[in-house]
Formats: sequence, structure tokens, C-alpha cells
Amino acid sequence: MIHLEINGTRHMVDVSPEVPLLWVIREHLKLTGTKYGCGIGLCGSCTVHIDGEARRSCQVPVGDAEGKKIVTIEGIPESHPVKKAWVREQVPQCGYCQSGQIMQAIALLSEDANPSEKKIIDTMEGNLCRCGTYLSIKRAVRSAAKEG
Amino acid sequence: MGKTITRREFIKTSMAGAGLAIAVSLTPCGCRLLSAGEAEREAKAFSPNVWLKIGSDNIVSVIVNKSEMGQGVFTALPMIVADELDADWKQIHAEFAPAADKYKDPAWGRQSTGGSSSVSHMYEPLRKAGASARQMLLAAAAKTWGVPVSECNAKKGTVLHEKTERTLTYGELTVKAAGLAVPQNPPLKDKDLFTYIGTPLPRLDIDAKVNGVARFGIDTQVPGMLYAAIARPHAYGSKAVAFNQDAAMKIKGVRNVVALQTGIAVCAETPDAAWEGTAALKAKWDKGAEPGLDTESLRKRFLADLDREGLSARNDGDAKAALARAAKKVEAVYALPYLSHTTMEPMNCTVRIGPDACELWVPTQNQTGVLALAQKETGLKPGQIRVNTTYLGGGYGRRFETDSVEEALKIAKAVKKPVKLIWKREEDMQHDFYRPANCSQVEGGLDEKGRLVAWAHTIVCPSIFARAFPDRVKDGIDPAAVEGLKNLEYEVPNISVRYVRIDTPVPVGFWRSVGSSHNGFTVESFADEMAHAAGKDPLEFRVNLLKNHPRPRRVLEVAAEKAGWSRPLSGGAEGKGIAQVFSFGTYVAQVAEVSVDREDGIIRVHRVVCAVDCGDVVNPAIITAQMEGGILMGLSAAMKEAIAFKDGGVATSNFDTYPLLRISEAPKIEVHILESGEKLGGIGEPGLPPIAPAVANAVFNAAGIRLRMLPMTPTTVSEAMKKA
Repeated sequence: MIHLEINGTRHMVDVSPEVPLLWVIREHLKLTGTKYGCGIGLCGSCTVHIDGEARRSCQVPVGDAEGKKIVTIEGIPESHPVKKAWVREQVPQCGYCQSGQIMQAIALLSEDANPSEKKIIDTMEGNLCRCGTYLSIKRAVRSAAKEG
Repeated sequence: MGKTITRREFIKTSMAGAGLAIAVSLTPCGCRLLSAGEAEREAKAFSPNVWLKIGSDNIVSVIVNKSEMGQGVFTALPMIVADELDADWKQIHAEFAPAADKYKDPAWGRQSTGGSSSVSHMYEPLRKAGASARQMLLAAAAKTWGVPVSECNAKKGTVLHEKTERTLTYGELTVKAAGLAVPQNPPLKDKDLFTYIGTPLPRLDIDAKVNGVARFGIDTQVPGMLYAAIARPHAYGSKAVAFNQDAAMKIKGVRNVVALQTGIAVCAETPDAAWEGTAALKAKWDKGAEPGLDTESLRKRFLADLDREGLSARNDGDAKAALARAAKKVEAVYALPYLSHTTMEPMNCTVRIGPDACELWVPTQNQTGVLALAQKETGLKPGQIRVNTTYLGGGYGRRFETDSVEEALKIAKAVKKPVKLIWKREEDMQHDFYRPANCSQVEGGLDEKGRLVAWAHTIVCPSIFARAFPDRVKDGIDPAAVEGLKNLEYEVPNISVRYVRIDTPVPVGFWRSVGSSHNGFTVESFADEMAHAAGKDPLEFRVNLLKNHPRPRRVLEVAAEKAGWSRPLSGGAEGKGIAQVFSFGTYVAQVAEVSVDREDGIIRVHRVVCAVDCGDVVNPAIITAQMEGGILMGLSAAMKEAIAFKDGGVATSNFDTYPLLRISEAPKIEVHILESGEKLGGIGEPGLPPIAPAVANAVFNAAGIRLRMLPMTPTTVSEAMKKA
């Protein structure tokens, strides 16, 4: 049994410790806002917060997440400045990568409330978007920093 | 919104039906409102046609028969209904249509999404649907108050009788309206009376997508379902020689092993167990149809086929003779690779089959195809099959294919349990229906005054239509392969276009902007070569070839003017290029500004200015987003993407070997929408084709190298620099 704390709720999951956290979140616990995109840590769709840090949940064995505070897109309130900025800037197109983009952006802004253009780009570089919403993402991060 | 409908709700809604159901069908003479006559009367809901439903709670549900894959139909189509209905945008709720005859696109006679046609095909039917409902609501109010209809007005979801200052909401009028006759030819609004059409209304799907609650296919959860994973061969045509079923069955949670045509499926209680199971199979495969197939052998085959005569797709004047007497001739060969769709949501499908019902949850662009497959696999009738279209995590044409649906149906049938099939990224990339690779040989001739007098074009390209819609292949010509060539608008007196069909084991399919994704590059790069050969400015050269074609000329002029075409470059850019492509009913021109690093061969795109004429405008914010998205996807393909082959199959497997454009590589983009008032065109695809040639032309302007092969990787650039 693995004990997990996700979005403030404790869960017990009967799964072997090497299973990627992503699949436990999505399919064992049915928190499907976190997405699978590549399984090798190169697209960022599966980004969650582990003890406040943005991590690719496809690269984290669930056993390593025990005892840590995990936050997924469902654990971020609608009133969060980053979510509000994403709505204001109408960022999503297909929307599939956006949970990961938002989680990455929140981690960035909690570490640096007023990031430079370069810092925004460097931090968001690991999150792919096939629809091409990168320019809206930049606008939304800047807007969240301003309004946040 | 967008949530999957439970089976109970399905039965409830399909049994209850609606007040009076009207289908709108498109005839050669226009729209016709038909009584569907299949639904039973529902006491409180008013559904004057299949596209909308008004509840006593005053919610207007618009039924969207097109798939939402990011292009905005879930907002644009409801806007059309809401406008003619004079609804309050706040009362509008969008629902995905199930797969059914009544939801077929009237222009196509099928329910599918593609060709950037959703708004243009649905515009008139949805306007009529909204307008007829509005008339019925007005009539119902007039009847309630005992006043003439002419004294009643509709505004923001309410009918008003100004004289007596009485009002009734649409919700309050549903019962009475349902009993009225459906007007066959409701008058439509004049364009200047539109309240929503033409405005940048916020999208209806944003909140769900920002909060992680939008349901994509892969998010489907059905009680008691198993997870299916498939072990697949590497090589095309390869079959399993041996596999260890027992080893897979020993994995905790694995329940079934099912052999399929396409591979060996393992079903388990969890996805991790299913994948562990596929590995445990240790499947051995034969060498397949063509074990020697690799990138280089394919390249040679394409180039060798340029010598074949092929079929004539267009023959204006006498290009051969005109070339023979041309004052100056230019000849060039262009080559483009196979491309993967790489939707961020990999292929998946969830199926539940019972003795007298089948339900599917699938992110599909092709409901008609899914329904037909489900009928074939289950033997059930259409009315017993429910196709739930979820949100699509990207489509770009990939989700027109129903390969994963067929697999899921076969697996669910074999294991007699609900099944969710998930493809891994590697399977998704290696088992795609790729954008066809192709190569072209182009010859152009100038007269002594530098006028373009001849264009002879031979394209070698696999046929998408031969598999997808064989009846649309006329005289052996694949319409996609010659898209943009057959209808090239440049006024050249002598044009010949020849098509050489090449068949390889690599499956090909519709990829965002289809044939224009490659022909736009070839044509617009070559037009640039001809401009330089003529010693003319590339913009002026093009404009002179479009004297009788005002729409492409105008987008070129606007893009050039907004970009400051005649002004010196700034901000570190070293070269600029221009291109214009007509595709899917829309004209788009783009100017790209680039710099080229001579040392490492890296091209940096600084800024793109885009002018678009898609006729009437429904939602300018969505148009801008689609132009940006098309430009960035086109740029990704132009700079980075190519599928590689090895040992008879696809070698590329994930984002490590198939890199996509990242945020640091996204240029500034400015979009200018020309409201020409012309016939509605598409917006999902037309933004893509001009970017690759605009960038290649800018690279020529910056560094004097002509890049005729995509992608324009640092290696290609460095090699070209060495040769220059």
C-alpha cells in the first residue's frame, strides 16, 4: 500500500512503488486533469507540484511521492491568479497540455513573482503545445504576474 | 458542458426527445426545414429543430455536430444560433451531438470535422435554426398576450411587448412554442444587425480546460472497465511469429491477451499492468513487407519517380514550348518529408458492448466512420449505438482515422468487458497516417522583360484519397497532391501540372492543411526564385501576377504594408520573406523576418505578420488564435519535423527524435483580418501553409541560400552555407 497526499486529501493505493505517479493520479485516483503526453518527461503535460515544485509526474515513481504534498490542477482554486489569467487571455485551444502549462506557470510565479521574459521562456520551455498557444501563454504569465 | 453523458441520461434524453424535432437539410436550392417526426413530445422543453433546445430553465442548448479540437467550433457554432435567436449569450450552453443521421453535415452528408469547413457548412442551417425558433417564440408570446406578432420584439432571450411593457423569457414560452408550426423560410438578419457574429466572444470551453475538468477521450472512466495496451510490430506488414501469453497472464492484474491484425493486446485492471503485460509477451515478429525500407531508400524512390511521366492535372497553353523559347529558365527540385500529427492526446478509445447496446467514448473527427465501424463489429443497429464525442486533445486530421476505434471494438468484443485502449506516444508516432512525403521538379521561364511566361510542375506524391475517398480521385489525380497547383492563381499563360502517384508501405492521411502544407512551400519558394531571376522585388513580382485576382493581391499588400516591407529591418533580423497561399476558401499572406547564425546554422524567426481574408468573420479572436496556431505548427514542421524510417518501419518514436517547436522558438506574430465580406472560408488550416516558404524566402534574403528541402535544420543550413 502506498500512502499519498493529493490536494490535501489522503489516499491509499494498492500499487507497486515503481509505477509512475502520473498513472496513479489519473487512473487509480481518477484525477484526470493531469495528462499523459510522452512518458519520457519531454512534453510537460503531466506536470504537478510535489512539495511546491513543478515535477513531471510520468518521471516520478509513486513510491518516491510518499509522504510528500502533491498538488494537481484540480487542487488549484478557480480564483487563482494564474487560472484567471489563463481565462482572461483565452489561452487554451485543444486544451490538452494546459493543465501542465498552468502548473508550471504557478511554480514559476511562486518562486519569482515578477519574472523576466527570458525567465518565463526558460521555465516554460519544457512544456509542449501542439496547437501553438505559446504567445498566449507568455501573455497570461505576464498578466498573472501583474494582477497576481 | 462537455461532460460525458451517462447511459441513464442517454436513455432519458433519447426517449423523451423533444417538442417537435426539425432537421435542416441543405438542398441545391438552399436550406429546407424538415419535420424529423421521430421524437415524442416533451412537456417542457422546446426543440424546434435538432440544433437547439430551450428548457423551461431558460437554458438554450446548442447541439454541436462538429468536433472541438481547439479550433473553436464549440463557440463559433453556438454564436451563429444565438445571434439569429436573439438569445442572451449567458444562457447558451453547448453540447456535443451524438452520432446520428440527423446530425450529419448537410453539405457532406456525413458527420465529420475537417477541411476547415465547420462554420461555412453549418452557417446557413444554424442561422435558419435560430431564426425559426425565434419566430416561434415571438408567435407564442403574441398568442399568450393576444396581441399581433408585429408588436412583439425579441431581445437577449426575452420577448417584449413594448406597448404594455410585458415580457416573457424564452424559458417561459417553451410549452406554447412547441405547439406551433415551424416556419420554413424564416427571414435572416441583415449583417449589420448581428449582435454576436463578428465579435470576439470568449470561448465556451475555456473554463473547463483551465480547471482540468474538460473530458478528453483518454479521461473516460467506465465502471468495471479494463485497460488495453497493444504490443505492435516495428515493420510494415509484419506479423507475430511467437509471443509468451503465459508470461503476460502471470502479471498481477492482467486478464486477457487478444491477438489482433495490428498487434497483440493485453487487457488488465490497471494501465501499468497492461503495459507490463505487453512487455512480458516478448513478442517476436517477422521482417515485414519491405525490410529494407529506410529514410534513404524512400528518398531515392521519390526522386527517381520524378522521371516518370505521370498524369496531367492541368495544362494551360503550352508550357514546354514556352520554356523552349524563354529568355531565362530556372529549374529546381523540392522535397518534403513525412510528418506525424503528434496530437498531444495520444490515440485512445473506450468501448462498452452489451447484448443490445454499444457505447463508445472517443475523441473523433469522424462520427459517421465510428458509427459504421461499431455497427460492423457489433452487428447492432445505429439506434442501439451511442457515440460520445469527447473533447479532442488535438486532431489535425489524425482523428479522422478510426484505426484505434476498430481495435478497441475488437478487444471489447473479445473480452466481454468495457475496455479503454490507450496508445503510448511511441505507438502514436510510429503508427500514424502521415502527411505524405513528396518531391517536385519545377521549371519556370521568363520572357525578355522578366515576365513569368511558363511554369511546368511535376509532383511525386502518395495518394491520400485513394484510401480515404477513392471516388474523389478523378482520372487518377489525387486532389490533395495537386492542391494549390491545379488552382494556382498566378496569371501565367503556360502552366503544366503533372502528378506522379507513388505507392509505398507508409500510410498517409490528412494533416492540417493537407496538400497545401507542401505545395504552398514549393510554389511560394519557386515564385521567389523566379522573382529573383527576373530581378524583381518578390512582392511586386507576385502582385504583377495577380492583376485579375484581387483577394490574394490584397492579402499580400496588407501583410507587406503592416510588416513595413519597404522599410529596413530592425531588432536583429537580417532578412525578410513573403508568401501567400489560398487554401480551404481563405487567402493568407505572411511576411517573416529572420536571422541566420552562420556558425551553428540556426535560423531564428523574429516576427511574422499575417494578413487573412476568410470572407465573413464570425469570431475574430478565434481567427487570430487559429492563425497563430497554424503559423506555429507550420513553423514547427518547417524547422524541425521529419519522420525517419529504418528496417522496414518508423524509426522516430517520441519527442526526443521528433522535436516540436518550443516556446523559445515562437516568434512575435501580428494578425490582420481583412473583412472582405466575401464567401466564408475556413480558418483552422489556412494559417499554416505560408509560413514555411515565407521563412525560406527570408533565409534567402538574409543569407543567400535557397533551402529547397524541409525541415530547415541547422545541419541543412550549415551544408547550404558551405556550398554557397
